[in-house]
Amino acid sequence: MTALASFGRFLYDFVIGDDWTAAVGVVVAVGLAALLVHAGWAGWWLPPLVVVASLSLSLWRGTRGIDAE
Amino acid sequence: MSGVLLFLASFLASAVEGVEALTIVLAVGVSRGWRSTLLGVAAASAALAAVVLVLGPALTVIPIRGLRVVVGGLLLVFGLQWLRKAILRASGFKALHDEEAIYRREAAQAAAAGETSGASMDWYSFTVAFKGVLLEGLEVAFIVVTFGSNQGNVPLAAAGAVAAIAVVAIVGLRVRAPLGRVPENTMKYAVGLLLTTFGTFWAAEGAGVSWPGSDLALLVLLAFYAAASWILVRLLTARHAALSLPAAGTAAGE
Repeated sequence: MTALASFGRFLYDFVIGDDWTAAVGVVVAVGLAALLVHAGWAGWWLPPLVVVASLSLSLWRGTRGIDAE
Repeated sequence: MSGVLLFLASFLASAVEGVEALTIVLAVGVSRGWRSTLLGVAAASAALAAVVLVLGPALTVIPIRGLRVVVGGLLLVFGLQWLRKAILRASGFKALHDEEAIYRREAAQAAAAGETSGASMDWYSFTVAFKGVLLEGLEVAFIVVTFGSNQGNVPLAAAGAVAAIAVVAIVGLRVRAPLGRVPENTMKYAVGLLLTTFGTFWAAEGAGVSWPGSDLALLVLLAFYAAASWILVRLLTARHAALSLPAAGTAAGE
């Protein structure tokens, strides 16, 4: 494996980790909050809700395979 | 108020990483000798200091809003990763983190790596200690630099980290054993909550959000995430019991 590929893998593990849904949830939370603010509405209430929803989704994804065992 | 949270977050996060690094260093040092191991620790510490010296000033020239979105987003991702693991462990779906198992594994690998003469450099010890301290230390450095620069108080964040590393090092070197009694999983849960709280606060601020009550919103966010994660632990624990799964036990993985 080249040094670049190794670094890419390290970076992926460092930032994304076990489950990519958390990273996507964060992008969605910040993006939607920015859109709300841009539209002139209060955006503070949205990120915590999206964060908890993304955590719940990530946990569901992490445990759903166990049902089948 | 946020100064206390800043110190606490930096202290707890650094303590968790410190325990992990110390476990590796102790395992290699006890089983193969201390000279090369401590040289590895010193080299990694120097590399870390260089990273902080370069990163710290560089962050201050980036516009604060953009910095908050990126740094807050990264902290939020880290916080969610830690919370996810802590909730899975607390509910029995994932094995508990076991520093003693990691210590035994590292010591066995070190012992199997071949003998060295006492006077020559033991590159195995040096490399393992260097890698362990550098990787765990990078996370500490990232948290200190980002927390500190966002709150405009790098010295306080650094003080929290230094205090944590000092406590972990003193306790670890006194007992010369893995810090198995440190409630690391509970600490990771607390750190996950703090990273998620600060990450949400800064990322949203960077996106243009004004928090009601300003810094007081941090406490409300912390309470909200604590309550939500507690509910998730209860739900998953009940599901684990309903599935009649055996307890996950302990594991030496991260």
